[in-house]
Amino acid sequence: MPLDIAIAQFRPSKGDLDATLDDCAEAILRAVGQEPRPRLVVFPETALTGYFLEGGVREQAIAAPELLEALNARVGGEADGGDADGVDIAIGFYERDARGIYNSALYATLGPGGGILHVHRKVFLATYGVFQEERFVEAGAGIRAFDGPPGRIALLICEDGFHSVSGTLAALDGASIILILSASPARGAAPGAGVPGNLVRWDALASAIAAEHGVFVVVSQLVGFEGGKGFAGGSAAYDPRGHRLMAGPLWEEALLPVRVDLDEAARARAEEPLFSDLERSWTRLLVNSPGSGVRRPVPEGE
Amino acid sequence: MTGAWPPPEAAVARAPDPADARPLDIDTDLVRSWLVQFLREEIERRRGFRRVVVGLSGGVDSALTAALCAEALGPEAVLALLLPYRTSSPWSREHALLVAEKFEIPTRTIDITRAVDGYLDEFEPGAGGHRRGNVAARQRMIVLFDQAFKLSALPVGTGNKAERLLGYYTWHADDSPPVNPLGDLFKSQVWALARAVGVPAEVVDKPATADLIQGQTDEEDLGVTYPEADLILHHLISGRGTDDLAEAGFEKKKVELVARRLESTHWKRHLPTVAMLSPTAIGEWYLRPVDY
Repeated sequence: MPLDIAIAQFRPSKGDLDATLDDCAEAILRAVGQEPRPRLVVFPETALTGYFLEGGVREQAIAAPELLEALNARVGGEADGGDADGVDIAIGFYERDARGIYNSALYATLGPGGGILHVHRKVFLATYGVFQEERFVEAGAGIRAFDGPPGRIALLICEDGFHSVSGTLAALDGASIILILSASPARGAAPGAGVPGNLVRWDALASAIAAEHGVFVVVSQLVGFEGGKGFAGGSAAYDPRGHRLMAGPLWEEALLPVRVDLDEAARARAEEPLFSDLERSWTRLLVNSPGSGVRRPVPEGE
Repeated sequence: MTGAWPPPEAAVARAPDPADARPLDIDTDLVRSWLVQFLREEIERRRGFRRVVVGLSGGVDSALTAALCAEALGPEAVLALLLPYRTSSPWSREHALLVAEKFEIPTRTIDITRAVDGYLDEFEPGAGGHRRGNVAARQRMIVLFDQAFKLSALPVGTGNKAERLLGYYTWHADDSPPVNPLGDLFKSQVWALARAVGVPAEVVDKPATADLIQGQTDEEDLGVTYPEADLILHHLISGRGTDDLAEAGFEKKKVELVARRLESTHWKRHLPTVAMLSPTAIGEWYLRPVDY
């Protein structure tokens, strides 16, 4: 069944939560006014605040229910008949709960019949070079897929997608579409690609995740400059054979429609059964992996 | 599966080779649009300014900066300030006016001679060329910031990455404007971008000079050419050691010269050192980004 998605390549008003929530709501309402009407709107990582907050995460982090309530209030979703009723959103934000602050992604259905379906907390916190996440937020515990109205979905956040095990875990948990919410500061201007080097890397990564596991991959990228660091946009979507379906513009906000047929994942897996090979071998590989606690003699020549 | 084939080469990972400057190659179209967008967002969106002032020296860095500002904000939003001292080369003014004309940028000339000499002649008549150069550079910033205040404009800096890494500038002068588009471009990359943007050849091709001391050129002053220094700096800050570069065929004396300048000027690339007394020390414990 076709699933219409709008990727909201989005520029937050940094440090102004109310203004950014207004802009998010406006983007959702614009998206649902498009034809075909999207079932799902995907925002980038830290769409609610901007990425580089340092200690400002303490002031800007909010709880997931609070975020959903704030969005519902703005899109008229508290009462029946709101324009965005029944539309799903995936959105990145700094999340506060009793245990700490996280770099999280909320997946929720808007409107009175909706609610929170999943919150993914970024597992692989970027802490090198320009990144300082471990200093300011806690790491998430795991990667799980969940059943959303359009199908079985997994969320990843930026560096999560750089580790091949993340896509593997999402696929093994049944995801047929992986939404990667990203805030990737542009770097690298070597001739050849026409886009910053980090987007060349993302293109290869997302394509590889899609092709290896026979899943759709949607990458929603932040846009805008923060203290000289430029988020270039360049959001993209990939089919289960790893082909890029579309790519967003550089440097600009955009609402990018993409239609996927989740049944295509099964057809791609039938053609090239890498995923079933993985499923069959996964437990054996884990048991015999370094750190598994199991020591077995390795036969000569293996 | 996706992207161009063959894929772009990984320029930054190349082994050091003094004859191979490809690690410094840039896609000038990409960098141009990147910096134009940077200027629009950092000046207009993040800081709420509609106008900028740029000190136009007649050199390539300020010419490129002014051209990018004009492209980003419109030439009418840029004021190019020509700030000559009595010893400045007449070519500096000619070239600055050439650039302003090419990019249709309004100019104003404010001669800083009386301001500089008012201090030096009365209190420090024996000051040598280096000190006079520093005083002139700081006086230019006084004018730049005051004009910016008067016009509700933002001063834009023009320093490039090679100068910054070599510490080849006057502290709290050239480096003081709050926004700088060229600070992550080596000099040879500035030249490439300037050519692509259309900065007049007279400006791009002439020997680089701070024009603080008569007849001075940067490269004579530094003891190494910019293409040499750029490549050595690139490899040093990418994790190679001086011995690695010497073994790869770089001239050892020049590698050591560049490394010495790099390593002795870290202080110049930081804000002043503040005595930390509390667990809320600004910039140490209390951390908020510049645009928060």
